[in-house]
Amino acid sequence: MARETYENRISEILGSILRLGKVVSEALKQSVEQLSRRDLEGAALLIERDEEINRMRFQIEEDCLTLIATQQPVATDLRKIASVLEIATELERIGDYAKGIARLNIFIGQKPLLKPLVDIPRMCERARGMLEKAVEAFVREDAAAARAIPEQDQLIDELYKVVQRDLIFFILKDPGSIDPAMALLWVAHNLERSGDRVENICERVIFTVTGEQVDLG
Amino acid sequence: MEETTGACRLRTIGYKLWYGDFCALHETTLDIPSNRITAIIGPSGCGKSTFIRTFNRMNELIPGVRVAGEVLLDGQDIFRLDVVELRRLVGMVFQKPNPFPKTIFDNVAYGPRAHGLRDRNRLAEIVEKSLRSAALWDEVKDDLSKSGLALSGGQQQRLCIARTLAVEPEVILMDEPASALDPIATLKIEELLQTLKKDYTIVIVTHNMQQAARVSDFTAFFMTDENRSGHLIEYGPTSRVFTNPREKTTEDYISGRFS
Repeated sequence: MARETYENRISEILGSILRLGKVVSEALKQSVEQLSRRDLEGAALLIERDEEINRMRFQIEEDCLTLIATQQPVATDLRKIASVLEIATELERIGDYAKGIARLNIFIGQKPLLKPLVDIPRMCERARGMLEKAVEAFVREDAAAARAIPEQDQLIDELYKVVQRDLIFFILKDPGSIDPAMALLWVAHNLERSGDRVENICERVIFTVTGEQVDLG
Repeated sequence: MEETTGACRLRTIGYKLWYGDFCALHETTLDIPSNRITAIIGPSGCGKSTFIRTFNRMNELIPGVRVAGEVLLDGQDIFRLDVVELRRLVGMVFQKPNPFPKTIFDNVAYGPRAHGLRDRNRLAEIVEKSLRSAALWDEVKDDLSKSGLALSGGQQQRLCIARTLAVEPEVILMDEPASALDPIATLKIEELLQTLKKDYTIVIVTHNMQQAARVSDFTAFFMTDENRSGHLIEYGPTSRVFTNPREKTTEDYISGRFS
């Protein structure tokens, strides 16, 4: 006999986590695209829309607490719910990184970028790919997939170093470029941190499936 | 067994039990540690009550029962012990409170008297000590001559616990001790167990898995096979069994997915 009520409620929560993952991934994508095309209005809108991400996260948290209080999950069920609570937080923080990029975009203002964006969009793409795969791995309870994802973070870390080097070069050449260079450096930093957050999500996937607490970072 | 560290009070080795030709309990090897609460969980008919009744040899009262394997109390074969002495060392509390139709005092004094104690002062001491240990003293101290049957269900159950404690057992077996009680009386029993484990080894059978998770240090999960025989499926620290059980059957049972 299955626990239909429980299964339905947990499916709904997993659906919400998938949706939150997609919304956050989209926010990250838009933040970098807006930066590329200097879309300040879009950036302002994105900052506003972060509220929606926060709201989704709180709703997931509430649903999890209700499920714990009313259904008393144990074993894998309990690990899954505990992981949902953490993953929702990680996703919400990645949402904050997207918002941070939008703010940096507004900070740079009408000025043109120091250089065309090459590595930053690549970092963003990689982070988004990892994020979506990690959330899918969680929903599918695929620990092997979760173990494989952090490898992809290496490229993000390498690109981050390249961006740092390039920007330091700009600063040395023209000390007047410190502010716009630092802004871009922070953009890259936010993307690098997003990759790290995805690693945390992968750790939760492994914990849910195996009960094993691992540090993939 | 790797996880039941510390002294082991009770131990079964390849213990098996039949009712006539029917094997009710398959080979069970289990160490029950001292001064800990061990919960026995599993569906009806899985042999959990049969299993705990082994320890005070209550199964022998049922005609046609046959056993194999070893059962040790402090390393001694319980089948070689005097059964009256064994039942003093291994007390039992049942699902339904069953006070004798006697006064509260006489209920608690019953065991010591049966073991030959007659000294009134000494009996009074034992009654007070036992009622205190069973967290009932403050509620009944002014009315010890009242009938045990006049108490509430929860008080009656604590009276039965006091009656068990009065003969100074080492082990207390509890078969669904709170299933006939309301949540407040249940909470009192559960809190009481935490106090009692300092001095006693407790084995509790419960259908209420949240209760097992709440009160016990170790959990043993029994399950029936296709022939309705009981098997020990998994045994370990409660914290692990309820968060990361090793066996899928355990996982399915404790998370409410019954086949």
